[in-house]
Amino acid sequence: MKKTIDKIPARLDFLQSVTGLILAVFIMGHILFEASILISNEMMYKVTLMFEGYYFFGERYPGIISFLAAAIFVIFILHAGIAMRKFPASYKQYKIMKEHSTRMKHEDTSLWMIQVITGFMMFFIGSVHLYIMMTQPENIGPFASSSRVVDEFMGPLYFMLLLAVVSHAFIGLYRLALKWGFMEGKNTERSRKIFKLLMKTMIAVYIIIGLASLAKYTYIGITHDFSDGVKYQSQTIKFEEHK
Amino acid sequence: MSEIEKGRILKINVLRFDPNDPSNLPHMQTFEIEEAYGMTLYIVLNMIREHHDNSLMFDFVCRAGICGSCSMLVNGRPTLACRTLTSKLGQNITLAPLPLFKLIKDLSIYTGEWMRGLNERLETWIHDKEQELHIDKLEERMEPALADEIYELDRCIECGCCVAGCGTIQMRPNFVGAVGLNKIARYHLDPRDKRGDEDYYELIGDEDGVFGCMTLLGCEDVCPKDLPLQSKIAYLRRMMVKTALNN
Repeated sequence: MKKTIDKIPARLDFLQSVTGLILAVFIMGHILFEASILISNEMMYKVTLMFEGYYFFGERYPGIISFLAAAIFVIFILHAGIAMRKFPASYKQYKIMKEHSTRMKHEDTSLWMIQVITGFMMFFIGSVHLYIMMTQPENIGPFASSSRVVDEFMGPLYFMLLLAVVSHAFIGLYRLALKWGFMEGKNTERSRKIFKLLMKTMIAVYIIIGLASLAKYTYIGITHDFSDGVKYQSQTIKFEEHK
Repeated sequence: MSEIEKGRILKINVLRFDPNDPSNLPHMQTFEIEEAYGMTLYIVLNMIREHHDNSLMFDFVCRAGICGSCSMLVNGRPTLACRTLTSKLGQNITLAPLPLFKLIKDLSIYTGEWMRGLNERLETWIHDKEQELHIDKLEERMEPALADEIYELDRCIECGCCVAGCGTIQMRPNFVGAVGLNKIARYHLDPRDKRGDEDYYELIGDEDGVFGCMTLLGCEDVCPKDLPLQSKIAYLRRMMVKTALNN
């Protein structure tokens, strides 16, 4: 008779890594695309049109964004659910971990504490953001997004989300590489050092880019006159009226 | 004649506690020791016992990083006292026993009991039914390179540093820890051990085993024998996932 093994723990571990990887790659793209506002309003508008399928179908379908946001939301929930297993399950466990981390002064252990805290934060702020994107996909654009940041008070939430998501994503990617032995080479000490440097650099770069874009959206949100609504009128792209 | 250079006066703070004495409570005690050239904590502790307080308890056997008895927390980090030079430390040195293990007294802990439990749980011995039946049969030969690879992992001295350095096992004491995973990696390499991947999966294929590891890498960073724990745990993780996917 063949032995049966419980495959679930292996699947969960693998799925946690895979969902985390997808989300991290998504975030890397997301922050860069949204930073198109730093180039110009027109550029950000074009990026929005691209995601709405305009360049593929000749018409705008904000539903695509809804669909993407929903897909990310599902992966996000899955990742949170699986990764939650690793959270301290009681005050006692939390206290032990905290004391251990303080006593050891060990960077990778302290980074894990950051993972837990940022992960927990994103249960809430990440959900708010994803839900809005899912339900109001048409309100993305140089003016609509700026209005959301300023008039709808999303600025502080985006600020916290940016710090949380960027550190969580890159610390996560770093750990993922070590966890599975990705490109560890013969000298693991060396590859780990490189990965760690890469992680810190990417965190710094992405936070700077993210903060700069957020500042630009805030600036537009404060200075722009929204009396004509939040829709952006492109100079180069004109839509035919459908009657 | 040149003057003999005076060493620093080291302040050694030791966490003292005797669990067998009901009137005794954990407390810190400070000893002052003059540093000498090439001094290790092994020498420091012996000086304290000789000149200051002969009731201080700590473990030593080999004083050369081979026996694994003198593991303790030095300024919060687990390491072997005999291999720690005082010149690498500041003037204030704090010593405490390793957590998780049974405390005998002061810095002396009972790692043996814990390690025995681990070895029984993971069955860290060669499993070969045929060999058991024919004890006169010659052992299979193996390539020297493979023997070296096995020996590399066999260098573990069960000092318990990886256990004390692991945040996961502090929170969840059922976790096998790097010492256990390293042993599984060692037996998995050994062609004399006839256990298959499924057998290993039964031992470590859950959240108390390799999937419980959160890759904090405390083990890798404190192991006094520099065992390749990071890459071996990664290897086991890949192998166990493969085993589960192929089943």
